[in-house]
Amino acid sequence: MSRETLLHAHSLQVHRGGARVLEVPSLDLRTGEVLALMGPNGAGKSTLLLTLAGLLPPSTGELRFRDRKLDSRSEREAFRRRMTMVFQDPLLFDATVAQNIASGLKLRGVPAAERQPQVEAWAQRLGIGTLLDRSALRLSGGEAQRTALARAFVLAPEILFLDEPFSSLDSQAREELIEELGHILAETGTTAVISTHDQGKAVRLAHRLAVMQEGRIVQMGGLREVMNHPENAFVAAYVGMETLLKGQVVTCEGGLISLRLRRGPDDLEILALGEARPGQTVLVGVRPEHVGLSLQTDNRSSVRNSFPVAVIKVIPRGPFFKVELDCGFHLAAYVTAQSLSELDLQPGRQVVASFKATAVHLIRKEGLAPEV
Amino acid sequence: MDLIWEGLRKALELLLTLDPEVLRITLLSLKVSGIATLLSVLLGLGIAVLVALNEFPGKRLAIALANTGMGLPPVVVGLFVTVFLWRNGPLGFLGLLYTPAAIILAQAVIATPIIAGLGIAALQHLPPGLRLQILALGATRTQMVWLLLKEARLPLLAAVMAGFGGVISEVGASIMVGGNLKGSTRVLTTATVMETSRGNFDVAFALSFILLVLAFSVNALLTHLQQRSRPR
Repeated sequence: MSRETLLHAHSLQVHRGGARVLEVPSLDLRTGEVLALMGPNGAGKSTLLLTLAGLLPPSTGELRFRDRKLDSRSEREAFRRRMTMVFQDPLLFDATVAQNIASGLKLRGVPAAERQPQVEAWAQRLGIGTLLDRSALRLSGGEAQRTALARAFVLAPEILFLDEPFSSLDSQAREELIEELGHILAETGTTAVISTHDQGKAVRLAHRLAVMQEGRIVQMGGLREVMNHPENAFVAAYVGMETLLKGQVVTCEGGLISLRLRRGPDDLEILALGEARPGQTVLVGVRPEHVGLSLQTDNRSSVRNSFPVAVIKVIPRGPFFKVELDCGFHLAAYVTAQSLSELDLQPGRQVVASFKATAVHLIRKEGLAPEV
Repeated sequence: MDLIWEGLRKALELLLTLDPEVLRITLLSLKVSGIATLLSVLLGLGIAVLVALNEFPGKRLAIALANTGMGLPPVVVGLFVTVFLWRNGPLGFLGLLYTPAAIILAQAVIATPIIAGLGIAALQHLPPGLRLQILALGATRTQMVWLLLKEARLPLLAAVMAGFGGVISEVGASIMVGGNLKGSTRVLTTATVMETSRGNFDVAFALSFILLVLAFSVNALLTHLQQRSRPR
């Protein structure tokens, strides 16, 4: 992947009705990368996407595309012909699928004879080759979004903006389309910015992740880095660290931290990896997929945290079940259907929870209160 | 009953023999209302685009005014246009009163708010994200407006039909500003009123029948345009 900066945003601010709805000091989009914007509704993801796409002039700040300032209407119009955007709502025209896919090319004045082979190729690629003559208003949600994607890719955009493109699809159509989009983005090397309100599969398409809250980017970095090393409690909760615990450092030797968690009648000591001062209060996060449940205490490893817990409730989550546990504090675990029946997990059941010291992530800043 | 049968027979006769007076009245009606509708489409759609696609203070008031205008009574329009075109009125120097141009003007005043009001509603009914989507596909502002109008073509053509229907059937304004002058400003509606008041039911029947056929034909044509380009 080239490291060249394709789009550069500097001191972006968007005000609406006297309130600041977006503030991004700096953001670089590099050629070929996929950047995911993640955050709850109202975090400013769509506003940032529209601003980056030149569709919403920022109140202040600067946008550069390949070192050209997008500060005039003509520059923004020229930029609009080199990028495109796909929205949550497919927003198809009252015309055939073929006419829809061709619409961007038509607006650019590409002759019909040149449009047709490209339209057909992209329709095939997205599995809607047999629907070309159908009315675009009579498609299923998945077919409609495929048409919208074909309409975008046929333009060979230098940047593709996707605003929660899969949110209105059912889970099966969503999974299929995300996978196909991943292949197409990889094959074409298209630079893309995708927004999503959950940490679902769409995020896995990304090379980099920016977590947004209240109009700001609270953390931005490589996908794994943000997922595994959230900087604050909000990001941690948002990237799926459902269990956040406050503890006090007892000892720290050779990167192994012993933490005391305060709970009801007694304290619990757990092990984590990292560097901290003894006596320091820290926040740690544990992902539910890293928590194992068993009937007996696990003594296989010395850097394994293991303690008795009580099941509060079991919630189906796609192929897994999320088990909420009580051990003086709240803990969540993901288990398979098999484990669920083997361990006979139901409210009130006493089991043993365990997770490795490496599964305990130290969160550097306490940040803002988690909302999810 | 005889009165009705006799009337229908005479009407048919007038139609089949292509009575020159009836033909002239019919063509004038079509011409006057057609031009008035055309002017209203240009003006009304222009207003609809400006109001629906822009944010400005007083936007709601503008929409309310257009909607009120949709119910403007033709006699009120007739009165105002007459006053404006009166010899010493503001536009008296044009000498338009009691000419077909005066009828066109009055009918345009009637149809413009109808097309503007229904046009604003048609454009506002489009998905709010559509403009951004069109721009994101690389459209210029002109291309965007054109695509939006195209996307709203069904309700917009319905608006045109409502406008034409309003003026072709209108009698109050036509008689006030046109004067129902034989050979110059007599149109189907004004002639029907006159013939009925004279007891010439046969002629009135013939004229009414033509009016209905005319209204039907024009609307059939517009409906054809409206439904033509819709894919299955």
